[in-house]
Amino acid sequence: MFSLHDKRLADDIISRIKKEDVHLRFMHVCGTHQDTLIKNGLDSVLRTGGITIGQGPGCPVCVTTPREIEEILLLAQKGKTVATFGDMIRVPGITSSLQHLKADGCDVRTVYSIDDAVGLAEKNPSKDVVFMAVGFETTAPTTASVLLRDPPSNFSVLSCHRVIPPALHALLEMGEMKIDGLIEPGHVSTIIGLHPFEFLSSRYHVAQVIAGFEPLDLLMAVWMLVRQVKTGDSRVENEYTRAVKPEGNTKAQQVMEKVFTTADVKWRGFPVLSKSGLLLRKIYEEYDARIKYENDLLELNDKEFSEPVGCLCGEVLRGLISSKECPLFGGECTPDSPVGPCMVSVEGSCTIEYRYAKKK
Amino acid sequence: MCLAIPGKIIFLDAKKEYATVDYGSGTQRQANITLVDAHLGDYVLVHAGFAIQVIEEREAKETLKLFREMLSFQEEG
Repeated sequence: MFSLHDKRLADDIISRIKKEDVHLRFMHVCGTHQDTLIKNGLDSVLRTGGITIGQGPGCPVCVTTPREIEEILLLAQKGKTVATFGDMIRVPGITSSLQHLKADGCDVRTVYSIDDAVGLAEKNPSKDVVFMAVGFETTAPTTASVLLRDPPSNFSVLSCHRVIPPALHALLEMGEMKIDGLIEPGHVSTIIGLHPFEFLSSRYHVAQVIAGFEPLDLLMAVWMLVRQVKTGDSRVENEYTRAVKPEGNTKAQQVMEKVFTTADVKWRGFPVLSKSGLLLRKIYEEYDARIKYENDLLELNDKEFSEPVGCLCGEVLRGLISSKECPLFGGECTPDSPVGPCMVSVEGSCTIEYRYAKKK
Repeated sequence: MCLAIPGKIIFLDAKKEYATVDYGSGTQRQANITLVDAHLGDYVLVHAGFAIQVIEEREAKETLKLFREMLSFQEEG
């Protein structure tokens, strides 16, 4: 449906990029972009044209911290019914994973949508159902929408939602590497629109293009970024006009605003980032698992949580190394036996690299 | 996680909270449409069971044309 296929146009864009004779490094923050780039071999084609593209912290499961994983593991161990998206179930924590706890008899459910988790609570009034809410601005409105509709009192949310612009800000501010342009995530942008990215261009003079997910979308976005760099421009352009409006989805924004307040939270691989997390507002605290089950979670209060030994997910998420540069990649760490979350999530760059490298 | 699939609304419930979305190839699923102003026949992007945006059908069908125009414009410029 609406897929874009035109090999001649793709070849035309690639030859135009090559003619520019540039050496640029771009970053995107979306697992679906990474999937399109690797699956279609665009990464290597673009590399021959002087363009390197890395994946930053664009995988919500991957940036979830060891502490958040321990929170949900503990709630499952304390008898709650835990529901979350499939990827999250397999992420290894320090002590276990939801998948292992499930095998040990804890009540862990995989859901496709938060609506399914609410349905679970409605059908099982004697169970305390906790939904581990993971995701960026694309997903956060779905959580907010459910909380606005008075879900049952045995339902609660462990909010691990995060917003993208503060992470991009951190990457540019840390300056650990050169970033000539950002390919902005199309579906986050359907919600937030163009404006929340604009300060990055004005402050750091970085080119930005919001892109869709077909190979041609990404080629076009790269071409638009190259043009911006060549002309000394730095602004937010929109390649994905069929789905992204400049103002975004204002209805979804209002729903999010009603339910969430921003908070300073840590991301895996990053320090605490100002106003980068979404926590439930006080008026929804009856649905906030961290408040509702405060006593159950007490034992985590003074604990420090580190990354798994040898795991370089943090460096991968900051774009400092590619997945293949991690010494554990493909050996000690595989999708069947992952050490870090980037090898678990379908959006993790390690999983994507492993999956398509095996097929090549 | 941020994967969203386009589909066409072929049925709306009476409260206009849920729609049946046709993704082509015989796949149909229910989606929550409370986050968008969608009508019967609209194309929507669905993420985690929720429609998150209405797709501009005309714009989507003319994307390739738009790309070609942008490229030729830059050529002239």
